[in-house]
Amino acid sequence: MAEATITRPDRRTPPASGRTTSAFGTPRAHRRYRITLAVLIVLAVGFGFGLLAWDNPMPVGSDGFWRIARMRATSVLVMAIVAICQATATVSFQTATNNRIITPSIMGFESLYVAIQTAAIYFLGVSGLVALTGLPQFVMQVAVMVGLSLLLYGWLLSGRYANLQVMLLVGIIIGGGLGSVSTFMQRLLTPSDFDILTARLFGSVSNADPDYFPVAIPLCVAAAVALWLRARRLNVLTLGRDATNNLGLDHRSEIMKVLFGVSLLMATSTALVGPMTFLGFLVATLAYQISGSADHRHIFPVAILTCFVVLSGAYFIMRNVFYAQGVVSIIIELVGGSVFLVVLLRKGRL
Amino acid sequence: MITLRDVRKSYEDEVTIGPVDLQIPTGGITALVGPNGAGKSTLLTMIGRLLGMDDGAIEIAGYDVASTASKDLARIVSILRQENHFITRLTVRQLVGFGRFPYSKGRLTQHCEDTISKAIDFLELTELEHRYLDQLSGGQRQRAYVAMVLCQETDHVLLDEPLNNLDMKHSVQMMRHLKRAATELDRTIIVVLHDINFAGRYADHICAVKDGRVVEFGTPATIMTDEVLTRVFDTEVQVIDGPNGALAVYY
Repeated sequence: MAEATITRPDRRTPPASGRTTSAFGTPRAHRRYRITLAVLIVLAVGFGFGLLAWDNPMPVGSDGFWRIARMRATSVLVMAIVAICQATATVSFQTATNNRIITPSIMGFESLYVAIQTAAIYFLGVSGLVALTGLPQFVMQVAVMVGLSLLLYGWLLSGRYANLQVMLLVGIIIGGGLGSVSTFMQRLLTPSDFDILTARLFGSVSNADPDYFPVAIPLCVAAAVALWLRARRLNVLTLGRDATNNLGLDHRSEIMKVLFGVSLLMATSTALVGPMTFLGFLVATLAYQISGSADHRHIFPVAILTCFVVLSGAYFIMRNVFYAQGVVSIIIELVGGSVFLVVLLRKGRL
Repeated sequence: MITLRDVRKSYEDEVTIGPVDLQIPTGGITALVGPNGAGKSTLLTMIGRLLGMDDGAIEIAGYDVASTASKDLARIVSILRQENHFITRLTVRQLVGFGRFPYSKGRLTQHCEDTISKAIDFLELTELEHRYLDQLSGGQRQRAYVAMVLCQETDHVLLDEPLNNLDMKHSVQMMRHLKRAATELDRTIIVVLHDINFAGRYADHICAVKDGRVVEFGTPATIMTDEVLTRVFDTEVQVIDGPNGALAVYY
């Protein structure tokens, strides 16, 4: 492996004499990036395999082993989808809004999800919640969420007084309003209905239904690939509106395209597993801290892998240590939040 | 050659720019001067198509700014705003490399690398090229921004107050770099300046803007007079003979 790296001419490694532009500040940072990526891949494969194999009574490789593993593979696949969605969406959203401390969830995706779930159980009882499961209902939830965000972008980002900050603020207010309506309806529920609802409102991998995959996977892959192909344009967007326009990119239309991709990803992830408010923000910030590059082509893979490692790690621990599978978002927020604070305090900048 | 024809822009009812008719000749440095709020920066950002105009037309080297595709304009004209704040941490070389985007779309070729090196050397940033922008002094950072727009290799370069927040030494340095860029690299540089004496010393043409209109346009010799400057700046100005030409005294 090591020899292969040396003999293969690598266009990113600067020749000894020539001066070239690297996405990394120093060659050391480049080396560190490769190591980080390798460690993340090992961790991701490790946790992924651990989820399939741990506590599996059959010997590895036997027929029975794979039969049990296949049943668990669904949740690993869901984690992969969520990781791609949340990580790509958050990194792109932060770039589009030129703000490193927000997450696309503030645009009301999650409040809308909560409101839909609460309204279903409020108006139709437990049977209403059951009626919300199924492929057409999944597609409808995604469509409503994407529709709302498109309405918001279309309204606030076009026209003469287009303003990103106002759009974000309106998104937060709509989210807050929907949240209050949901809370009000939840107050009026019977305790047993409320209990069932609460289980749905914690972001959880077990919320996902394999029936949704034929829609969720293509949506997630298409939007993520589209954003990934725009990585070089996203790099330019980090320079801000004026510099972007100066370099010949239409800032507004670029932002619109990026936000459309973001809303597809967020809607898919939220409709699949429920709210994951903190996850995207956490992994995007961690990805910037550990990758040592500002180039989106390097940030995306690190963010996605980090997201998968965090998710599968949290799931693995909840399942095999605390025997409390399902409420993964709790441990993500607890452990993830602490890790985030430690990294931030040690490095001293975002 | 940059031509403005009947250009207008209104913000609110009272604040209006124009109508401006102006021809900025090719080559050399043209300085936009005038009191605060006169509309210098607005005019500059409209020429650089960062701001739309309400009426009129602007042509740069024969291309209409409003109708030419932005990616084509990016090879004809580049503009640097006053405030530059980036959320990502970039090295000087990475920043300057962005100037190649109109040509390479982010895939830097050997020619791009050479151009980047040349721009960096031109602004004497060679030693600093792998430093991060937040590790530089204000003057060095300003030079890095200018290197980025020079790296864009456009015939027309628009700079909005490049001397802002620079001390004496760095201001003079910057103006010398710009003068060299205009003569050695054959660029047409249009620059908003606050200090009339810098304009008088380094500019080839001075364009005085007041209340949203161009009130004077000419060589420094014709603009640097008691009468014109007093009228433009609404302040008592005396022009005396300095060791390097006319010197405006206003304090």
